[in-house]
Amino acid sequence: MIQKLADWITYGVLGLSADTKLGSALNFFVYDSTKILILLFLISAIMGIINAYFPTDKLRNYLQTHKMFGLQYLLAAVFGAVTPFCSCSSIPLFIGFVKGGIPLGVTFSFLITSPLVNEVAVAMFLGTFGVKATAIYVVSGIVLGIVGGVCLGRFQLEKWLSPWVADLQQKNIAEAEIWDAEKVNFLKRLPNILRDSWGIVKGVIVYVIIGIGVGAAMHGYVPENFFETYLSSDNFFAVPLAVVCAVPMYANAAGIVPIVEVFVQKGVALGTAIAFMMAVVGLSLPEAAMLKKVMTWRLIAVFFGTVTVFIILLGYLFNWLL
Amino acid sequence: MKIVVLGTGCSKCKSLYSTVMRVVDETGINAEVVKQEDMAEILKFNVMTLPALVIDGRVAGKGLLSADEVRNLINLAM
Repeated sequence: MIQKLADWITYGVLGLSADTKLGSALNFFVYDSTKILILLFLISAIMGIINAYFPTDKLRNYLQTHKMFGLQYLLAAVFGAVTPFCSCSSIPLFIGFVKGGIPLGVTFSFLITSPLVNEVAVAMFLGTFGVKATAIYVVSGIVLGIVGGVCLGRFQLEKWLSPWVADLQQKNIAEAEIWDAEKVNFLKRLPNILRDSWGIVKGVIVYVIIGIGVGAAMHGYVPENFFETYLSSDNFFAVPLAVVCAVPMYANAAGIVPIVEVFVQKGVALGTAIAFMMAVVGLSLPEAAMLKKVMTWRLIAVFFGTVTVFIILLGYLFNWLL
Repeated sequence: MKIVVLGTGCSKCKSLYSTVMRVVDETGINAEVVKQEDMAEILKFNVMTLPALVIDGRVAGKGLLSADEVRNLINLAM
């Protein structure tokens, strides 16, 4: 249906031929942006609904009071995946976890998946790479959170927290939040949630358009197999190179996925592309700057380093499997 | 009445602040509205999700609240 709309606009209304570069690029652009914006709205709405009913406080209390033989890492990672990533919430949540005496490793599981698996990345992936690649991205993102958290937990990093945070951890004061949620029924909340999702779409629409525009231009004009030489799966250094370049990049998922899609079409291995995306979305300099409020540089370096290594390993694994 | 909107620079925090301002203007109540952006100060309120709404020193609501919800919370606090 969306394809029909795209065909109608490009070939019907604008009268372009499907055989011309401009025609095919424009068709791709209209099709992709429409599809992605619809998906983005739907997925944000679903995430919004989950989030409206997700018991943040209960989960924290549960993690605090139960010994779960490793299961707490899974819970924290899933928790990070379903909470919408708003950069300003991650620090209070981190502090909330630390105050509650939740081990640092479990907290890291949350910190890894929180930016990595978010509604924008999921919608963009679904729209451009399909269900299979999206499932791989989400599941491996959660696994990365668990494994990364377990590893970082083993390193005994508490001493490298900022001093005032370490103090909080010592005191281990698990105050409940002084806020009792009013029970508002679903139908009353829905308009709010939908408005929220629209807000998310509006916030990234520019990046989606630019990203797809650049992607469309490349789609039409960059020759097939252009990247084969540098970033094919045969090149052993393709994965680490892509990941290391991606870490300091702070492109939001909305803008970068359509460009990565074209890379894949032009010969870059899908595993390399997924690893690249994970590094772009999951780790960034602004995030490091924010974490500086609660961690020392040393701890941030260990955190980023560990996650980078795991993303590189995942990239190899995907290329081998896919 | 003193209303504080807790939140850093994210879009949800900004939009909650403007909703609160609008509600206060419309209802004409005598309230001082402040936006607290200092993370250290925000953390004193023990909230885990931002933005959050503090009315007279008490955390009254969190998340992106609608104008109706803000109005209700203000009425409750009066």
